[in-house]
Amino acid sequence: MTVVIAGAAETDALGRLPGHSTMQLHLEAARNALADASMTKDDIDGIATVGTPGPIQIAHALGITPAWLDGTGVGGSSFLFHVRHAAAAIRAGLCRTVLITHGESGRSRVGAGRYGMGPDSLLGQFELPYGGVGPPTSFTITALRYMKETGLTHEQLAEVAVAQRRWARLNPRALYRDLITVDDVLASRMVAYPFHLLECCLVTDGGGALIVTSEELSRRPPVYLLGSGESAESPIISQMEDFTTSKAFRLSGEAAFAEAKIGHDDVDHLMVYDAFAHVPIYGLEDLGFVGRGEAGAFIAEGHTSPGGRLPLNTNGGGLSYTHTGMYGMFAIQESVRQLRGEAAAQVPGAEVGVVLGNGGMFASAATLILANRLP
Amino acid sequence: MKPAPKPTPETQPFWDGTAAGELRIQRCQTCARHYFYPRPSCPHCGGDQVEWVRASGRATLYSYVINHRPAPGFEDDAPYAIAVVELEEGVRMMSNIVGVPSTPENLPLDMELRVVFEQRGDVHVPLFEPAGGRG
Repeated sequence: MTVVIAGAAETDALGRLPGHSTMQLHLEAARNALADASMTKDDIDGIATVGTPGPIQIAHALGITPAWLDGTGVGGSSFLFHVRHAAAAIRAGLCRTVLITHGESGRSRVGAGRYGMGPDSLLGQFELPYGGVGPPTSFTITALRYMKETGLTHEQLAEVAVAQRRWARLNPRALYRDLITVDDVLASRMVAYPFHLLECCLVTDGGGALIVTSEELSRRPPVYLLGSGESAESPIISQMEDFTTSKAFRLSGEAAFAEAKIGHDDVDHLMVYDAFAHVPIYGLEDLGFVGRGEAGAFIAEGHTSPGGRLPLNTNGGGLSYTHTGMYGMFAIQESVRQLRGEAAAQVPGAEVGVVLGNGGMFASAATLILANRLP
Repeated sequence: MKPAPKPTPETQPFWDGTAAGELRIQRCQTCARHYFYPRPSCPHCGGDQVEWVRASGRATLYSYVINHRPAPGFEDDAPYAIAVVELEEGVRMMSNIVGVPSTPENLPLDMELRVVFEQRGDVHVPLFEPAGGRG
């Protein structure tokens, strides 16, 4: 059975939305995705979403009685996991059409889940006592080791933010759209050396939703799921095996490419979760698009920028477009738009897209390979 | 106030060690490898015959950030280095580097370190300083 994405939409607005609760963001995204798919809630028999409010509440709020639920919550990559799990469930006959929702009041914190882990948790015992402030000090802690081992420069790290802003400039929905230079990045406020403010993602409110079903039930030109993969590494960053490469990135990518039976040269468009500027560098290398230590120069030379041979994070990414906290949904949304030919910064003739989602701090990862035609 | 860890049954021997001025980690009796964080079975071979051993306290600097936006309790320390250190026994743990100003020049990767302990409420947390002593 051929599984497709038959509907995809984001909330009407992204950014600072104090008038929207987490719940409202989920529901608005869900309604927009149903409209996009030309479906109603009665077409949905499977539901997937993370943590708060969770799949039971979202299904109930929408008036859906699910025959299949997935509450996988493994960080910002969760929605890629949901797509993969939904595809398996549909192929197995457990359900027919799955709605996947994301809503997060990441900036305004309206009706949001609570942050924080207790002092008796793994994090509370072995990381929080050292004065970390969440992702800006933990996700980033791998970078100096990567820089030492590969020779990546501070300027090349800054180039990641510069390149993505070039895409954001073309996207009216991006929160930050003014072009920036390497000097601008290096002159921005130091958050956690070696990371400056412009090398850290936004914190926004917003949501998105997807409808996954079989090709037969799709009511619009579908986006095909050619392959997918998932994996996990360490729940705390200090126990990541090698600070210069993500095992979960590698394993999820290998599985997705093996299933899709495509090569890297077939890929027209790439989305790599970018909570911080070093993550796309790891993604390019760990997915095998470039060799070890080559990603910094590859980006600095413009190959991922508009007009480059591997368009990367074409919505502007978490660094310039939006980042609610669990960005993975937005990476999928942009890939779907590109493959439908509907993106604000459209890659001409894009047929195959790869999406790599990160969860936690290199803790989990999933990769999706999407296309607007079957190979 | 800086956050203090709250021990759990499987981590209590680690925190008993720090209170006694010792850095204790686990070693698998089957495959002879060390591991960290504390847990009842070996992540390398799956064995459950594991023992607590005293680590030398010598380590090297694996990676770090210098945090400019202090967490609650760390206001007087900013900017400060949050590091991952690699113990001589091969395991890594998060810590702070103390006894030296937190600048990139003072903190070359792979520099040699030694453990010191700082009291936090009822427990002592392991911190690391340059092996040559305080700068």
